[in-house]
Amino acid sequence: MNLLSLVISYLKARPLNTLLNILLLSLGIAVITILLLFSNQLKEKITDNTKGIDLVVGAKGSPLQLILCNVFHIDFPTGNIKLNEAERLSKHRLVKSAIPLALGDSYQNFRIVGTNRAYAELYKAELASGEWWSDDLEVVVGSTVAELLKLKVGDTFKSAHGLSKEGHAHEETPFVVKGILKSTHGVLDNLILTNVSSIWKVHNHDEVAITERVIANPSPLVPTVEEGDSTKEITALLIKYRNPIAAIQLPRYINGQTGMQAASPAFEAARLFSILGVGVEALTGFAYVLIFISALSIFIALYNSLKERQYDLAIMRSMGASRSKLFIATQLEGITLTLFGSLIGLAMGHGVLYLFTALVEESGKTGIIAWVFYMEEMYLLAGSLVLGILCSLLPSFQAYRTDIHKVLAGN
Amino acid sequence: MIKTDSLSYSYGTEKKIQFSDLTIQTGEQFLLLGESGSGKTTLLHLLGGLLKSQQGSIEVNGTDITKLSESGLDRFRGQHYGFIFQRNHLIGALSVERNLLMAPFLAGLKQNLGRVEEVLSQLGIAEKRRSRIQDLSLGQAQRVAIARAVLNKPSVILADEPTSALDDKNCDRVSDLLLSLADKNKATLIIATHDQRLKDKVKNLIHL
Repeated sequence: MNLLSLVISYLKARPLNTLLNILLLSLGIAVITILLLFSNQLKEKITDNTKGIDLVVGAKGSPLQLILCNVFHIDFPTGNIKLNEAERLSKHRLVKSAIPLALGDSYQNFRIVGTNRAYAELYKAELASGEWWSDDLEVVVGSTVAELLKLKVGDTFKSAHGLSKEGHAHEETPFVVKGILKSTHGVLDNLILTNVSSIWKVHNHDEVAITERVIANPSPLVPTVEEGDSTKEITALLIKYRNPIAAIQLPRYINGQTGMQAASPAFEAARLFSILGVGVEALTGFAYVLIFISALSIFIALYNSLKERQYDLAIMRSMGASRSKLFIATQLEGITLTLFGSLIGLAMGHGVLYLFTALVEESGKTGIIAWVFYMEEMYLLAGSLVLGILCSLLPSFQAYRTDIHKVLAGN
Repeated sequence: MIKTDSLSYSYGTEKKIQFSDLTIQTGEQFLLLGESGSGKTTLLHLLGGLLKSQQGSIEVNGTDITKLSESGLDRFRGQHYGFIFQRNHLIGALSVERNLLMAPFLAGLKQNLGRVEEVLSQLGIAEKRRSRIQDLSLGQAQRVAIARAVLNKPSVILADEPTSALDDKNCDRVSDLLLSLADKNKATLIIATHDQRLKDKVKNLIHL
């Protein structure tokens, strides 16, 4: 016999009550855990994906849309910008580097991005097999794309116009897979990379053999065309600042002096998060209500059972138990309940997220995984310990104050 | 040995009970008789250290228990006393065996399953070791309570109306077991009761 086994026997003697209390608390903890896992991972993804990109320049429209489209590859493009305008900007003295992006095609819902090698280097991407593209219509695919579409080096596929499955297929110009990337745990996993002129090629069927012309003065962004080409367009430019002054001057210059729009990924991501934050807060509030109710329920259960147990307590005192032993036993009962509740809650949170990632195919693209653990979960455990102490405090004092004589004398 | 000296107890400010001095040798068996309200339970609880704030002194095995601190008294109770009450007050959440193990656990003594078995078979309920308290009859439950009281081999056993709730047959059996077990363990036994059935079984009587 020891105090813990006594406490567990008491809990087992009221199975339904114990179950209800544990369930209530674990539901609350599970909701908090899921939110925690979601928002932490989302934040990590956002910082990872925006790393190295100070500014995104594209056609005028919603700045958030510009970021969502060109950094996270979830929204649609705001429009196109002229290649010669982008070239001029890339030579601006405040710009350290500029990466062109050309969007507009997809294969089985995965985006084909016309860009250059610098884009892959931005995310420190490495090849798992094959080699980088060297010519038009050659692609390197992200790890998730390769895995889900079962693509191998040497495979060919026909892209579809637009960024959804419904677009019409570009029958005449199939792409060939040259390489497959290792996972970067970021957006690159879900992309198909090629050069910019491939994107132009599949869209301008009549224009033949651009590459065969001799380029005297190649464009700094797309070397396969002459600099200053006024007909070519790209979707966006990812810019890295040369110095901190650029953060102040460059967006103002672009938005004011050019026909293009500049948006900061860090700023827009923060804005997006504050919008999402409202929903997260509402759910968190709901979870805390659940936890509060469970604490109340545990308190009531302990308080009532102590009344039934006053003989038990008195007889234990008569057998030599000190007041503090009874106090500790009652505390232990509350703590056992909350500790079990929160452990089950944490397991439930991870479990639900695991089921979600396993069952919902789309969730794979977000890259959110169930089996990561955060420091905050330790805080949740510690918090539930405190909760257990708090809600068993009054019952513990009751136990502490048991008057042996009065109880055992029968009145 | 139990010795009291000018012991009295006050309920509030008006009612005060003065107890005559007692000297009980180790191993003696006494019956504490008196009407309800005469102070039987009060005296028994005073002797057992369950009730404090009295005048006078109570010496048990050489220790004046009125001078002990609260926690010192708790320890003393655990190591020197066994209690039996009118109702068995067994812990419903625990099995018979675990109820008995509570006695050494709370007294801070070694828990010995062999001793549990020994006492239960002395009381003729060895087969009930793993039973739930709710499945015992009244007589069986009272025997478990006796087992719990004698498990630690206490030098003093105090029983408060141990047979009042039992029918004649069970009363006979339970009281015989209690007396013989106390004898076997060389424990001083004091039974507070108004149960006339016990009068013939114990020769030392204290009237209140």
